[in-house]
Amino acid sequence: MAGPRKKVGRLPRAAVHHPWWFALPAIVVFAGFFLVPNLLNFYYPFTNWSSYHADIAFTGLDNFKTIADDGSLLRAIRTTLLYALLAALFQNGFGLVLALLLESDTRFNRLFRAVFFLPVLISALATGYVFQALLDQDGAVNSVLGTDVPWLGSTTWTLVVVTLIHGWKWMGLSMLIYLAGLKGIPGDMLEAARMDGAGPWRTFWSVRWPMLAPAVTFNVTTALIGSMNTFDIVQATTGGGPAAATEVFNIYMFRIFGQGLYAQASAMSLVLFLVVVAVAIPLVVGLRRREQLL
Amino acid sequence: MNPSVAWRYGRPALVLLLAGLAVGVPLWLVAVTSAKPQAEAIKPNLDLPQHWQPADNYADAVSQGEMLRGFVNSLLVVVPSVVLVLLLGAGAAWVFARRKSKLVSTAYALCISGLLLPPAVITIVMELRQLGLANTRPGMIAVYTGMYLSTSIFFMTGFIRAIPLELEEAARMDGATPARIFWRIVLPLLRPVIATATIMVMLYAWSDVFYAFFVLGGGERATLPLNLYQVASAQLYLNNWHLVFAYVVVMSLPMVAVFLVGQRKIVSGITSGAVK
Repeated sequence: MAGPRKKVGRLPRAAVHHPWWFALPAIVVFAGFFLVPNLLNFYYPFTNWSSYHADIAFTGLDNFKTIADDGSLLRAIRTTLLYALLAALFQNGFGLVLALLLESDTRFNRLFRAVFFLPVLISALATGYVFQALLDQDGAVNSVLGTDVPWLGSTTWTLVVVTLIHGWKWMGLSMLIYLAGLKGIPGDMLEAARMDGAGPWRTFWSVRWPMLAPAVTFNVTTALIGSMNTFDIVQATTGGGPAAATEVFNIYMFRIFGQGLYAQASAMSLVLFLVVVAVAIPLVVGLRRREQLL
Repeated sequence: MNPSVAWRYGRPALVLLLAGLAVGVPLWLVAVTSAKPQAEAIKPNLDLPQHWQPADNYADAVSQGEMLRGFVNSLLVVVPSVVLVLLLGAGAAWVFARRKSKLVSTAYALCISGLLLPPAVITIVMELRQLGLANTRPGMIAVYTGMYLSTSIFFMTGFIRAIPLELEEAARMDGATPARIFWRIVLPLLRPVIATATIMVMLYAWSDVFYAFFVLGGGERATLPLNLYQVASAQLYLNNWHLVFAYVVVMSLPMVAVFLVGQRKIVSGITSGAVK
């Protein structure tokens, strides 16, 4: 008994009460399987790692030259950014409208909140197949409308259609977070606005919308970052087509990796990493500042 | 008619219309198509089946799509991943929430970087090959755990900071060791966050096909979404919408069941964590 007590006297209190070894397993797993691969991702893009070479040699910027010259680099960046922007817009727009429609805590509203949350529970891959069956040229939507529109066949508009599906899939999650934000607005604030003669429209723009800032921050950040990592919905609806019009980073990596060009896929993965960092940092800083101003 | 009356009657009507169009139609399509014979399902539409054969379709999806194997495979990677994410995450969050030093805040910042940064999926494959973990379940579990630890650490750290330290101090006075305090006091108090984190991680891992494709590939250890992808891409299922949708129904049911059971906790957990 004397031993441990002596130890207590020497170590700082924090080290005794909350020892590091509780955090160690998490740090080891996270470092080993998340940070290390991301570090390796700064080396392998500069090699000729592929299924065609027995050994891996340093080749400088060759992979980046390849993806820049064949146009896939700029296309992937543009497609992914556009996808993220539209997906975040639709997801948040739908989510906010649903939250405003289902705001008060009645039994009817609780039931329909669950209904609109259903798409979140269905896997993104399955969602993709459902919408392929709906939007196929031989699909259900054309058969109901009596039209013959290639919903998933336009090099211009298909990206918009796929991001609408993405917004549909995740609107339930945004809705829940906006509902929590709306609930957090003090009732007397809304009462005061009403007493001052503000109508519902005015109340929304002058009181509720500014008070929703933290929910908007969270929703917009997670939607933008999450949708830059999209794969399933695109793969199941268009597979990146038509004519690579919806080929986001992950679709490209999946395709090129399948061809055995590992280093080239890794180069694209590094670009994705840098794009996410470039978007995330100003976004988080900017939205936080906006919150503090209010 | 004044606006508030329009709102009172218009709003429920609008909700019903939106729910019917946006959620009802896709689900209806899945349900009716999964009960049709192949000839009727080649061109998917919203009509009721002329010939009902749901039992045959579901039986086919189970046998041809290797559904039972996929189900077991999914459980074998998802359940250990969820347990590890929660346990390791809680341990780390406890230390990060209670200790204050430069080193602790640096470690915390690093550990939650996964909230924003994308996993480097290509080099994960390289690393797993070198460790001999490529195409194995432990490899997949390690990758999922690494990916979702940031989320659980972030939410749990915030939660533990709000728990008064006095609770721990009282137990310490009674001679409890840190391990005992962690098990008997911290973990039980974390129950609400654990419920939410369980659902979210389960949902993501259960649905994942992208990372599973790189780490597990097809074959023996393929999870349900991998099977769905393979059967939907294979010639065998080309235009076999009736089987694809039977598969979708069975694959989605466990998550819907989990949601129905834990609905209240999930909703309050998601919302309380996000908006602080």
